[in-house]
Amino acid sequence: MLLPVSSDAQLARRTVQLATGSLARRKLSQKVAFVFLWLAGFLVVAALVWIIGYVMVQGVRVINLEFLTTRPAGGVSGEGGISTTIVTTLYLVVLTIVIATPLGVGAAVYLVEYAEETERESRLVSYLIAIARTGIEILAGVPSIIFGLFGFALFVSAMKLKFSLLSAGLSGACLILPVIIRTSEEALLAVPRSYREGSLALGATKWQTTVGVVLPAAMPGIITGVILSVGRIIAETAIFWVTLGGSYRLPASLLSSGRSMALHVYMLASETRAFEKAMGTAAILIMTIVMLNLIINYTSRRFAARMMGKSR
Amino acid sequence: MESTRTKLKVRDFSVFYGDFQALRDITVDIPAHRITAIIGPSGCGKSTFLRAFNRMNDLIPNTRVQGRVFLDDQDLFGIDVVELRKRVGMVFQRPNPFPKTIFDNVAYGPRAHGLRDRARLAEIVERSLKDAALWDEVKDDLDKSGLALSGGQQQRLCIARALAVEPEVILMDEPASALDPIATLRIEELLQTLKKNYTIVIVTHNMQQAARVSDYTMFFNMAEDRAGYLVEYGPTKEIFTRPREKLTEDYITGRFG
Repeated sequence: MLLPVSSDAQLARRTVQLATGSLARRKLSQKVAFVFLWLAGFLVVAALVWIIGYVMVQGVRVINLEFLTTRPAGGVSGEGGISTTIVTTLYLVVLTIVIATPLGVGAAVYLVEYAEETERESRLVSYLIAIARTGIEILAGVPSIIFGLFGFALFVSAMKLKFSLLSAGLSGACLILPVIIRTSEEALLAVPRSYREGSLALGATKWQTTVGVVLPAAMPGIITGVILSVGRIIAETAIFWVTLGGSYRLPASLLSSGRSMALHVYMLASETRAFEKAMGTAAILIMTIVMLNLIINYTSRRFAARMMGKSR
Repeated sequence: MESTRTKLKVRDFSVFYGDFQALRDITVDIPAHRITAIIGPSGCGKSTFLRAFNRMNDLIPNTRVQGRVFLDDQDLFGIDVVELRKRVGMVFQRPNPFPKTIFDNVAYGPRAHGLRDRARLAEIVERSLKDAALWDEVKDDLDKSGLALSGGQQQRLCIARALAVEPEVILMDEPASALDPIATLRIEELLQTLKKNYTIVIVTHNMQQAARVSDYTMFFNMAEDRAGYLVEYGPTKEIFTRPREKLTEDYITGRFG
C-alpha cells in the first residue's frame, strides 16, 4: 500500500488506525454473513417443519387402528383403510432388496477390489469396466419414470410378467442398483489398505481377505446404502405406477398386481374424493421414513463404536 | 563373521517400479535365528527390500524384479505366494489389527489356512499371545475388539497374529516407530526371545535401536539416480564400532541421513 512520506510515529498511528478500521469492517461482514446463514438455515427447517407438520396434522385425523387394518374398498369415494398397501409395500421392499443387494454389493466389490488387476491384463476388459463405471454414474441420475418405462417395456410387456410384484421388484432393483453400488464402493474404498495388507501378509488369499476383513469392515456403509434404498422404494411412485399396476387387493403371488402406499396416496389424491385418506397414508409414509433414518443413525453409530473398540 | 546357517540368500537383486530402479544389485546372506537390521536414510529402499521377502511388492502395479532370492535354497519367486507368506510373516510400521476381537485377530491366519477346530485354535491363540508377551494383559478380554488396545498392545497383537501361522521368518517394518519409548522397549525385549525360534529381519530408522537389538546390520544408501544399494553389511558390533566404509561412519555418527 502506498502511504505519504511521514515520520515513524505518524506512520505507526496511521497503521493502527487502518488496522482497527479494517477490523471493524471485517467484523461487520462476518455478522452479515452469520445473519444470512442463520436465516437460510431457519427457512429450510421452517419449510420442512411446515410440510411435515401439515401432512401429519391432516393425516392424524383419519389414522386409527381400523384405518391400518382394513383393506381399501376402491371406488371414487375412496372407502376403506390401507392394510393391503402396507403389506404390498413390505413385499415390494423385501423383493427389491433381495434382488438388488447381492448384485450391487458384488459389483462394488469387483470394481473396488478386482477391476484394477483385470484392467492391467486386458485392454478390452478395461474398456468394459470404464463403460460400466460411466453407466452407473449416469443411471444414478436418471429419473425413476425412465426405469418405469424400461420395466414396462421389458418385464411387463416383453417378458409377459404383466403388472406384478415381480415386474415392479425387478424395475425397482434397477432403480436402486446404482445407489447400492455407489454407497458400497465408497464403503469399500474407506477400508484402510493396512487391513488388506495385514491379511495378505498372513497368507490369506485375496478372496479370503475380501470376505474375512474388507467386507465386514465396510458393512456399516453397505447397510446404510441398503436402508437408504429401502426408503427410496417406499417413496417411489411413478416407477410402480407403470409396473405394479394398482390393484388394491392383497397380492397372492409374485405375479399379482398390487398397490404400494405411495401409489395409494397418488391414486387417492388423483382419482377419489378421499383427500384426507391420502393425507393419512402420507402421514404413515413419513413416519416410516423417519423411522428408517433413525435406524440408519443408530446402526451406523453402533457399528462405529464397535469399530473403535468401545463396546463388543 | 561367526558361522550360522543362511536363511535368506540374495543374489544381484534389483527392484524396479516401472522405469524407476528402487534397488540395485543387492547380494547378501541373512542368517537363521538372528536379528538382522536394515538401516539407512529415507527413500533408500529399505522397505522395498524387506517387502521383497514376502513379495508384498507384488501388490504394486508395474513392479519388476531382477536377480534371485532363496529361502532355504528354494527360489523365493518360484514358491506360491500364499504359501510363501505363510512361511514369511510380517509386522507393519503402524499397528494394523483387524476390527475384530482379539481372539479372532490371532486366529485369523490359522483359519485362513483351513483350521476350524475350536480347541486347537484356542491353543494357538493362547500360545501366540504368550509368545508375543501379551497374554497376561488380555487373557480375560479375548472377546474385546483388538482396536480397544493401546498402540503398543496392538503392535504385540499384530506380532501374535503373525506368530500364529508359525512362520520361519518375521519381517518387521519399523515396528516401533509409532510407539512410545516404553512400548518400544517391550517390543525390543520381545525380539530377543523370538529370535530363538525365528529369523528376524527388521527395518529401522533408529540407529540406537539397530545397535541394541540386532546381531547383523545392513546399511543401505541412495545412489545419484535414487536407486538404493547396499553399502556395508556385517555383525552389528563391527558396523557400529569400526565400519569399513566412510559413508557408514558418516551415517552412524549422524553426519547425514
